[in-house]
Amino acid sequence: MSHATDHAVPYAVHTGTSASRIAGIAALILIVVLVALPAFASRSLIQDMFFILTMLVLAQFWNLLAGYGGLVSIGQQAFVGIGAYAMFGVVILAGLDPVPAILLGGVVAVLLAIPTAFFAFRLQGAYFAIGTWVIAEVVRLLTSQWKAVGGGTGTSLPRDATRDLWMTETIETVFGVRNAAARDILSYWLAVILAVATIGGIYWLLRTKRGLALAAVRDNIEAAKSVGVDAVRMKWTVFLVAAFGTGLTGALIYLQKARISPDAAFSVTDWTAFVLFIVVIGGIGTIEGPIIGVIVFFLLQSLLADYGTWYLMVLGVIGIIIMLFAPKGLWGLISSRTGIELFPVRRRLTGGALHTSQQET
Amino acid sequence: MIWVDTIVQGILLGGLYALFAAGLSLVFGIMRLVNLAHGDLIVMGAYLILVFVSFTGLSPFIAAAIAMPLMFALGYGLQKVMLNRVLGDDILPPLLVTFGLSVVLQNAMLEGFSADSQRLPTGALSTASVELGSINVGVLPLLTFGSAVLVIVVLNQIFYRTELGRAFRATSDDATTASLMGIKPANIFAMATGIALIIVTIAALYLGMRANFDPNIGPARLIYAFEAVIIGGLGSLWGTLLGGIIIGVAQTVGAAINPEWQILAGHVALLIVLLIRPRGLFPRAVD
Repeated sequence: MSHATDHAVPYAVHTGTSASRIAGIAALILIVVLVALPAFASRSLIQDMFFILTMLVLAQFWNLLAGYGGLVSIGQQAFVGIGAYAMFGVVILAGLDPVPAILLGGVVAVLLAIPTAFFAFRLQGAYFAIGTWVIAEVVRLLTSQWKAVGGGTGTSLPRDATRDLWMTETIETVFGVRNAAARDILSYWLAVILAVATIGGIYWLLRTKRGLALAAVRDNIEAAKSVGVDAVRMKWTVFLVAAFGTGLTGALIYLQKARISPDAAFSVTDWTAFVLFIVVIGGIGTIEGPIIGVIVFFLLQSLLADYGTWYLMVLGVIGIIIMLFAPKGLWGLISSRTGIELFPVRRRLTGGALHTSQQET
Repeated sequence: MIWVDTIVQGILLGGLYALFAAGLSLVFGIMRLVNLAHGDLIVMGAYLILVFVSFTGLSPFIAAAIAMPLMFALGYGLQKVMLNRVLGDDILPPLLVTFGLSVVLQNAMLEGFSADSQRLPTGALSTASVELGSINVGVLPLLTFGSAVLVIVVLNQIFYRTELGRAFRATSDDATTASLMGIKPANIFAMATGIALIIVTIAALYLGMRANFDPNIGPARLIYAFEAVIIGGLGSLWGTLLGGIIIGVAQTVGAAINPEWQILAGHVALLIVLLIRPRGLFPRAVD
């Protein structure tokens, strides 16, 4: 028997779980460790961590696109490349400091994303995927014609730009390292900031009203439209946000590399295939998935890097097997067995008049 | 006159692109599947022909005829074992699985055949030409174009004149209802992919005879094929031929202006078509 007038227990909407609160504390400790890492880690570890963090950021943005937005792009290398080239362009041509130029990389990526979306959104599903790839090829071919940044053979960041890089002098004196190592540490810290901001930002986005709309569009576009979700606007938002983040990451990656060429910066293998496998292996449509995926990816790479083509074959086969037999990836397997969600976005109703039937156990 | 020559060469090149695209178009038309490994399968076909040619010394045409049943079996098996599992409303699994397949195939070929570029031996055929009015046209490009037209005619005959074609159309329209009529969609899809790989073998034959190939060129062939399909309109085979011709002409005209613009001009042609006719030149009524 229900008591419709019983207001003793006010209802509340929760997203947090006990696992997520523990994860939150662990994440804070992890961030502190990551920031302090250059004080005691070797240079090669810092470089590895830089690689892991930047791939993680690319994976999070691709996951936002494909896993949440339903936009399977295989042209994200367009934004990595254009972000990196925009940074090189302003450093070489306008003499700007590379660190603020990274921001410009993100902005230019968004400017490229607007016409890209205009064309690609005319295509559905798989054709959208190849359409984004064609546009990335167009951008690569056009960049190869840009002689001021080295045309098809590429170029390096000017010596004085890398030497006088923002903050590196302080890092050199504090840690007692050479210029090149200081640049690695600076890039690494920027990567930590970017990774934390990306994961935090995406988690925040998914918990807002807009994130709910996004999940609704992903699950059933017609139903979402019928309750007033502007699906087209959601697609645009996700695409532009992902382009911005991918462009920033591209610029940061090439600040650390300090050398660029069109074939490397617009590589479909490096910036889209790897990212896609990271997300699929880890678990698409979750924030935890890319984190697990990037760790597995890095371990595989460390184990098999000497075998070149075999490494890519193994990665491809694992990706296919996961997609066929565990489409939710490794995190999906863990989560479905244990019920743990580190970044819960689901809203649960507790309390209120009907709380006996809604209460979680 | 040089322009007429350029455009004729472009049209004939379009025949090759139509051959790349016909298999993609067929598979998409029947099961809405886009195989991202299509380009790599073409390159694999070329290597298979090359292996037969170098072991037996046969002509590439006969080697291709031997390769065809093998490629058919590969397509049939691939669809049955792998691709049928990922068909459905969700577009993500087929895309990711075929993308994975593309990476695996590319690297397996790199491992097996190295990155050196190869070519199928053609003897006198590669230099033979005929005079058409005031321009010289290569026999091999003419043969390619003729094969593309023949493939499309045969596919249309299969589609509209045979029991298999009826099953193709029925499954394409409504797989569930078709299965109530005693058709097994899984087998029909496997047949379709098998036939697509026979066309892939023909495309591989001309690819290998006309130009050098290496394990890395697959994705670019996929992109040309895709552009032909989109320009023509999804699911229309004659449209695919026209799409191939448009890409071919755009590329040769682009290359005539500046050699660096060849590939770019083909991509730009696609973007222009998307701008003015987002559904391609000959879209099907429902999709």
